[in-house]
Parts: sequence; structure tokens; C-alpha cells
Amino acid sequence: MLNNRFFSTLFKILTLSLLAVPGLAFAEYGLNLPEGVTPISRDIYGLHMTIFWVCVGIAVLVFGVMIYSMINHRKSKGAVASNFHESTTIELVWTIVPLLILIIIAVPATRVLIDLEDTSKADMTVKITGYQWKWQYEYIDAEGEGINFFSNLAQKSRDGIKNAAIRSSDENYLQDVDKRLVLPVDTRVRFLMTSNDVIHSWWIRDFGVKQDANPGFINDAWAYIEKEGVYRGKCTELCGKDHGFMPIVVEVVSKAAYAKWVADEKAAAAAAAASGDREWSMDELMTQGAKVYSTNCAACHGVTGAGVPGAFPAMTGSPIVVDADKIPAHIDIIINGKSGTAMQAFGKQLSDSDIAAVVTYERNAFGNNTGEIVQPAEIKSAR
Amino acid sequence: MATTTTEIEADIHAHDDHNHGPEPGLMRWVKTTNHKDIGYLYMWFAFSMLLIGGAMAMVIRLELLMPGLQYVEPQFFNQMTTMHGLIMVFGAIMPAFVGLANIMIPPMIGGPDMALPRMNNWSFWILPFAGAMLLSTMFMEGGGPAFGWTFYAPLSTTFAPDSTDFFIFAIHMLGFSSIMGAINIIATVMNLRASGMKLMDMPLFVWTWFITAFLLIAAMPVLAGAVTMMLTDRNFGTSFFDAAGGGDPVMFQHIFWFFGHPEVYIMILPAFGIVSQIIPTFARKPLFGYSSMVYATASIAILSFVVWAHHMFLTGMPVAGQMYFMYATILISVPTGVKVFNWVTTMWRGSMSFEIPMMWAVAFVILFTIGGLSGLMLGIVPADIQYHDTYFVVAHFHYVLVTGALFSIIAGVFYWLPKWCGNMFNEKLATIHFWWAVISVNVLFFPMHFLGLAGMPRRIPDYSLQFADFNWIASIGGFAFGLSFILLAYIVVDCIRNGKPVKEARVWESAKGLEWTLPTPAPYHTFTEEPPRELILKESSHSAH
Amino acid sequence: MKEPIAKSFWIKLVCVPVLMFGFAFALVPLYDILCDITGFNGRTTNESYQEVRSSYEIDESRLVSVTFSAAVAAGFPVSFRPEVARMEVVPGKVYTMNYLAENRSNDVVIGQATPSIAPYQAATHFKKLECFCFTRQEFAAKQPVEMPVRFVVEPSLDKNVHNVTLSYNFFRIKPDA
Repeated sequence: MLNNRFFSTLFKILTLSLLAVPGLAFAEYGLNLPEGVTPISRDIYGLHMTIFWVCVGIAVLVFGVMIYSMINHRKSKGAVASNFHESTTIELVWTIVPLLILIIIAVPATRVLIDLEDTSKADMTVKITGYQWKWQYEYIDAEGEGINFFSNLAQKSRDGIKNAAIRSSDENYLQDVDKRLVLPVDTRVRFLMTSNDVIHSWWIRDFGVKQDANPGFINDAWAYIEKEGVYRGKCTELCGKDHGFMPIVVEVVSKAAYAKWVADEKAAAAAAAASGDREWSMDELMTQGAKVYSTNCAACHGVTGAGVPGAFPAMTGSPIVVDADKIPAHIDIIINGKSGTAMQAFGKQLSDSDIAAVVTYERNAFGNNTGEIVQPAEIKSAR
Repeated sequence: MATTTTEIEADIHAHDDHNHGPEPGLMRWVKTTNHKDIGYLYMWFAFSMLLIGGAMAMVIRLELLMPGLQYVEPQFFNQMTTMHGLIMVFGAIMPAFVGLANIMIPPMIGGPDMALPRMNNWSFWILPFAGAMLLSTMFMEGGGPAFGWTFYAPLSTTFAPDSTDFFIFAIHMLGFSSIMGAINIIATVMNLRASGMKLMDMPLFVWTWFITAFLLIAAMPVLAGAVTMMLTDRNFGTSFFDAAGGGDPVMFQHIFWFFGHPEVYIMILPAFGIVSQIIPTFARKPLFGYSSMVYATASIAILSFVVWAHHMFLTGMPVAGQMYFMYATILISVPTGVKVFNWVTTMWRGSMSFEIPMMWAVAFVILFTIGGLSGLMLGIVPADIQYHDTYFVVAHFHYVLVTGALFSIIAGVFYWLPKWCGNMFNEKLATIHFWWAVISVNVLFFPMHFLGLAGMPRRIPDYSLQFADFNWIASIGGFAFGLSFILLAYIVVDCIRNGKPVKEARVWESAKGLEWTLPTPAPYHTFTEEPPRELILKESSHSAH
Repeated sequence: MKEPIAKSFWIKLVCVPVLMFGFAFALVPLYDILCDITGFNGRTTNESYQEVRSSYEIDESRLVSVTFSAAVAAGFPVSFRPEVARMEVVPGKVYTMNYLAENRSNDVVIGQATPSIAPYQAATHFKKLECFCFTRQEFAAKQPVEMPVRFVVEPSLDKNVHNVTLSYNFFRIKPDA
């Protein structure tokens, strides 16, 4: 382990030293921004490289003079100090020259900025809502209209957080989700961003899109993605405990594949609605409930239902979970959440059967063996 | 901690042979109104906070050493990043600068003491209580603040633990202390300056602090206002920052950064002052462009109030606003550049020697410039889309605050320490310490630029595998840099206790300034008689003679 | 050594922090004004546009696509959605559309909707003549309601803006608040 680490580190250091050579070995080792796959991300990349080289130029000049002086103007070399300490000309020069450099940078920066603000017609709109700690995607118009789902950290990544064996076999550790945002290629997509609780920020580096999602307000951004592929990003605004565990994955597919995906999604939504119409057995509910709990509840209430004292209540022995007359209240808090707390409304996130399963699970796991079963039909009527 | 510092402090003054020396015993430190005593208290307080905040940084780097959660839980990790930031800003850097101002401003302006000695005592003694209250939140139910040192609403209001009210009160106290300290500095500079010293004769350290003090009295109350609004939002049903009641969480960011950006300059302007004292001494040449330094400092201070929203380019801002804040921000690089050019020109054709303070000052100029250049990159709005809230930002502000502000404080301490205690530090050890710290700090922070560009967000306890190598390098650098402070503590304590006594008033042969005309070690009472104008002109670091 | 510090100097020095503390609070209305003028953060005024401006010249030459969006905060047991997701509107014409809400709980709940417009360039040109967001709304138990919004997109809206989004967030208000 250490040896491997040592060599890969050495390799990185060698790569770093190659940086002095322009354009060499940049992208491959993740040392620099990628060019990305949208016109905006390419513009940003160009701008980034321009300012970078301007900064390198300034640094070489300033440090060059300084180091020359440090080598040659030292007392030990017998240098005698001159006494000059003012020169209006030279001071004017180094006020005006940097100003000119700034203008040279500001011109392309302004151009890109104006391009970013493009408000021309979008082909489709996706509304992105940040939740602690997941993303909701709603396709609010065009062919995908009505598709609405949540995107959580993938279970494999979740398992790998404290398990090195799983982690090392997971090449997309912490950057995979259970359900990807699917978008068609060569389409003008408008993103509307908002949040359900605290401020989040949605970032896909390859698109050149990063925008804060503010609770109560709406922001927009757009992308025209020119290349099919899978693009990964992260939430970049500190949003509480699991801020590091809410990745973003966007899959960009051909227009035909997108049409098929939309059809499949709509069929799956109909099937999910139907699953709530039958009776479920205790075993079925418990198995499904454990899965739902792990994805949606365990982050706060703990894998063992112990919660976090002072922040997140425990499941074990909690009156709302164990008292038989509190079943409606239990269902209500899951569907509607609790205002002023981190407990969000899961009514839109989970199907009837998922909620029934997780209620049953919570009432029977963690030593809460109440034996009570809640059926999907009860959830349906409670909605 | 209090007892050991006191012993060391008492030891410094065991050398005092002045007639009206300090009161013996512990009560000296509680009741003292002497500017140097209070300054030393500030310095030791700042150093203990630096160690506490540094220990938190070690926890952060330890957790980030490898992917996966090994040592701490995410909530605790967030408390670490939050407290690390708050403690370093409000507990270490700011008090250290106030301490240096307390110790050095009266001797530099030929004054007897600070203008308001009793308030001076009060503004120090608020600090340990505020610091203790801030730290105590970590042991409360629900844990301490875990919402970042910028405490954005609503994470810090609706979604915060109950301990947040204590955090708010601690911020109020810290702010109160800073404002009193700043008022004291303004009053001292205006009223206790030797009558022969005109404003444009003042050493640059005094000038930069004078300007900083105005920034403090203008900016800190805005922070107090912001936390007061948080307090009423949390407890009294107002909704300044809550959209549900017609408020706006983005407004919190505006108010916070209206304080926060001047705060950034509060932490760097005095650093410019210290470096401007040290470089001419060891280049044996007057400071180049004294008056342009003063004007540059003043223009940076003024500009700092009109650029705040460059921290919030991605909150949803009209393009006109983005443009204005971009132009104003990159404009700051002009006066900042003037300063760097002036330092370099001061060195040019000097007769340089590289004693320890000079080495730190040179490291400051180079590394602060790197931080300044990445700041220029961050100021460009479209590029900021990719940099914002990533490790690129973390690298940027650690270059300006650690290798900038903190390095200047270390440089200042090595520069003035022999004058304070009358002993020379162990230069061999200090040289080892310098190289150790400078190399490790770059191993620690330089890779963070790459991590940021590679897509690693700030404030995350765990990361995906492509970030592993650079995080590992940064953590190793971090541990080494952290250890260097143990050596620093040893060097300073060893200097105070066993250092070789220095006889000369002018500890560094070519140092200029009134402080070097006082005997070494500095007498308990500074100038009891006003220094004459001839002496002031002769000692002016920026005039030819 | 110098004359004692003048009293007026003290007063000035202490006034600065006191004034700046007040200034922090003054930033609140200033920010609102700034938002109203610029459409900053997509905020719209919460007041109705009393008179229908018949003087608007209807700009038949273009259509603006208006997207409607709805969100409900945690703890608010009301389902809330726009009747249509998107509408093509002629600038200068007055339109009416409905949001549909239903209180799913067995209690009366009170809520307040906050509007938000994207992009910000449109915020000052999107006028609501009638809106459920002007006042608090009371929802009877298990009662579906239609809530109309009457709006007009001003012809002065920048020609480059083709999409406008109107979004509402519904929050629960405690009865005593």
C-alpha cells in the first residue's frame, strides 16, 4: 500500500515538474480544468488558461527580479546599498502597466460573461431541487414532462464509506448515484435551481455550470451539451452533515435513446403506482423498508436508529414510532416532514409502498418490535 | 496555559531594572494597564489559539489523509472546519496583530503607552472568555457550530444546533474586543504621537494599523448586526433570512461579506506594515516609495468596502452586478501590486543579508504574491464558476492568510523578540525551523490548487478516489507544518529563558525607527520623555540621510 | 505629552461603530430596494399591480414562454401544483392561470407563498395583477382549491429573453404569527 502510494506520489511530483512545459500532461492527471463539453465550458477553459499564463508571466518577472537581486545584491558579496527610495516615473509605470494587463484580461472575461447570460429559447427545462442530502430532478416541460425523481448517493458508495474493501473496488466511490439525470445531446437545456431546506450548489465541471440553489428562490442556468457521456459533479455549498455525500451524475444520450428513456420512465411510474394497490406481507415490507431506510433515513437517524443526540432524534423507543395510536402521526411526519427541522417531506420522494415499508420497518426494527404492519393502502388514503 | 504563560512573562520582566516596574505576582497580568504587558498577553493568547486551531486542522488533514471515513464523523468534521476557521481568524491572527500593535505602536511613535490603558486591559480580558465560550459549544448537546466560518443562513439559523446562540454571543464579545482595541489604536496614534512626528513620518507598521483600525470600527459592527439578526431569527420570530417570512437567505451573505471582505484586509494590512519594516532593515536601504505605500494601503482599505459580492458570484446575480464586482475586485490588484513592486525595489541594489526575520519577510513576499495571483484568477467571474467553493479557493486563502498574515507575524516576532526580552534566539534552530515550515507549508497548500481544479469541493470529510494522491501529499505537508509550531514554541521560550543577552539598543545593526533607540530589553515604561524631531527624522526608515 | 483627548473626538470615535451597527440593519431595506429595482435574486414585489395598464402596446411580434413551478416547504401538508406547466404568452396581454392546491390533512392550515422569477432580467417586467401570494391563504381540511394568478409580461421585457419562470414556494405559517 505504502509502496504503491509512494510511487504514485513520486509520479505526480514528476508530472508536476513537467508543468513548466506549456500544455504538457495537463488533462490526464487531473491537474487542470477539463475543456468540458459545452460551448461555455470551453470558453471558461480558454479564459482560465489566459489568466493563468498572465499570472505565470507576472510571477516570473517579479520573482526573477527579486531572486536576481537576492543573489547579487547581498552584503556578503560586498554589495553597497544605494540610497534611492523614490521615483515618480517608475511608480507611475507600475501602476499603469498592471492596469493595462487588467484590461487585457477583462475584455475576454466580459465577453464570456455576456455569453453566459444568454436567455434564448430553451428546448427543455429541468427543475433541480436540493435537499439535505440528495437532488430532485423534475422534467417540467417538453417530451419528458412529468418525470420526477430523486437522486441519492449510490448504495455501493454508501457502503464503502467505512469499508475499505468495498471502497477500493468502487471506481466511482462517492461519485455515483442511484438514479442519474438523463439528458439528450445537442439540446438547449435550461436548469432551474432551488432548494427545499438550506443552500446547495449544483456543479458539473464539464458543463461549466455551477449555480447556488437557494431555499424560497429560483435561479437558472443553461447548457448545450455536445458530447454523449456520463458527467459527474458534486454539491459545492456546505449544506450540513452529509454535504460531501450528495454527488451529481448526468448521463447525456442520443436523442433516440433519450426518447426511449422517457417512455421507460413513464411506464415504470405507472407500475410503481400500481404496486401500492395490493397487500404486502410483513417480510416484503421489512426487506423493502430496510432498503428505503438506508437510503433516506439512516444519514440522520443512524443505521442503528440511534440518531444523533441534540441534532437528530433516535428511532429506538421514540413514542411516535412505538405507540400504536401514533401511527397516523408517524405516517404524517414522513409524508409532510416537520417545519423548522431537517425532517423533510418524503411524500413526493417515495411511493405508497415505500412509505408503508419504511413505517413498518421503523416500528419493528431497532428493538421496537411492535409487530404492527402498515399497508400501502393506508398511505394512499393518508395522502 | 495561563500559568505557564504567566511564568514566562514574569521571567521576561525579571530583567527589568526599572524603578516603577510591574506589580509582582499573578495579579499583575489581571490588572495590568501597561501596553507591553497587554501586548504579550495578546501574543500568548493568540499562540494558544493558534495551537488549538492548528490541532483542529490536524484532525481535518488526518481525516482527509485517505478516502473513506476513518477517524471522525461528518458532523464533527464540519465542526472542525468551522471552528478552525473561526479560531484562526478571530482567535489567532487578529489578536496577534492587536498584540503587536500594543507592544510596538507606542515605541514606534515615541509615546509613553496606549491612550486608553484601562480599556486596553478590558479589551484583552474579554478575549479568553469569548474564546472559552466559543470552544465550549463543542461540548454541548448537538455539538458546536458546523456551518462553516461564514455561517450562511439558513444552515446557521433554522437548521443549526442550540449551541449556536452561544456562538453568536461569543462573536459579539470578540467583535466588542476588536472595536475597543481599534478605538485605542486610533486614539493612541492621534494623541500620543511625539509632537515632532507628522503623519507622513510614521513608520509603515503604524500607518497600516491606523488604517486597519478604521476598517475594524467600520466592519466589525456590521458582523455584530448580522449575528444579532441571526439571534432574533432563531429566538424571537423575526425572519430576516427566512424566505417563509419574507426574508432572504442571500441577504445574509451580503451582510456577512460586507463585513467579511474588509475583514480580509484587516488580516493582511498590518502584515504589509511588518514586512515594510523588516525589508529596509536587512536591505540596508530606505523603503522604496513610502508615500505610495501609504496611499496604496488607504486605497485597498477603501476598495475593500465595495467588492464584497465577489464571494457570491454564484448566488444568482444580475450580469451588471457581476461585471461591477469583477472590475472592482481585479482593480485591487493594482495597489497590491504597487506594494509588491515597492518591496522588490527596496531590495534592488541594496546590501542584503538574510537574518531570520528577513527570510520570513522574503517568504512572505513570494508566497503572498502567489496567493494574490490566484486571487486575481478568482476575481474573473466566468472562471470563478469553476473555482468557487473548491480547494482552489482553500489554496488561495491559505496562501494569503498562512503564508501571508501568519508568516508576517512570525517575521515580526523574530524581528522584535530580542528587543522585547533582551535575548537573541537560537539562530541555527530558527533557520531549521524556517526551512521546515516554508517547505512543508507549500507541500500542504500547493497541491490544493490542483485538487480544486480537479473538482474537489471544500468542506467535505471524504472524497472520491481521484483526489487521493494530492490529499495524501497535502496531509503529510500539513502534519510537518503543524509540528513546526512546536519547534517555534521551543525557540521562543528558549530565547526568553536562556537566550544570549543582547546589549545593543539597535538589535539589528541597520534597523531604523524610534523603537531601536530604547534600551534592550525594552523598559517597562516606554518613552517617558518625548523624542525630539531630529531623532525622529534620523530614525525614519524611509527618508534619506 | 499632548493635550488631553477632546470630548468631541471620543464621541466621533464611538459613533462610528454605533452607526455601522445601525447600517447593518439599514442594509435590509436597502437590499429590498435593490432587489425591486434590479430583479436581483429573482425577487418580485409582493404587491399587486393595481391598474391594468391598458396603455401597454401589445407586442404581437413575439411569444414569451412562461414556465410555472411550485414547491412546498417541509411540514406543510398541502399538495400544490400549476394547472399547466408552460404557457406561450404575448407581451402586453393579461393572462390568468391556476395553481391547484389541496390540504391533505384533517386540520385547517395557513400558508404563505413566496414568488420568485427567473431570469432576473424578467423579474421587473413580470407584473402580477392578482395573486394568492399577496396574502396568507387558509386551507380548509381535505379541501381542493383553485388559486388564480393574473399576470402580464410587459412589452418592455428584453427581446432576448424567451423563457420566464414563475416559481412559488409555499411555507406554513403558525396561526399566531
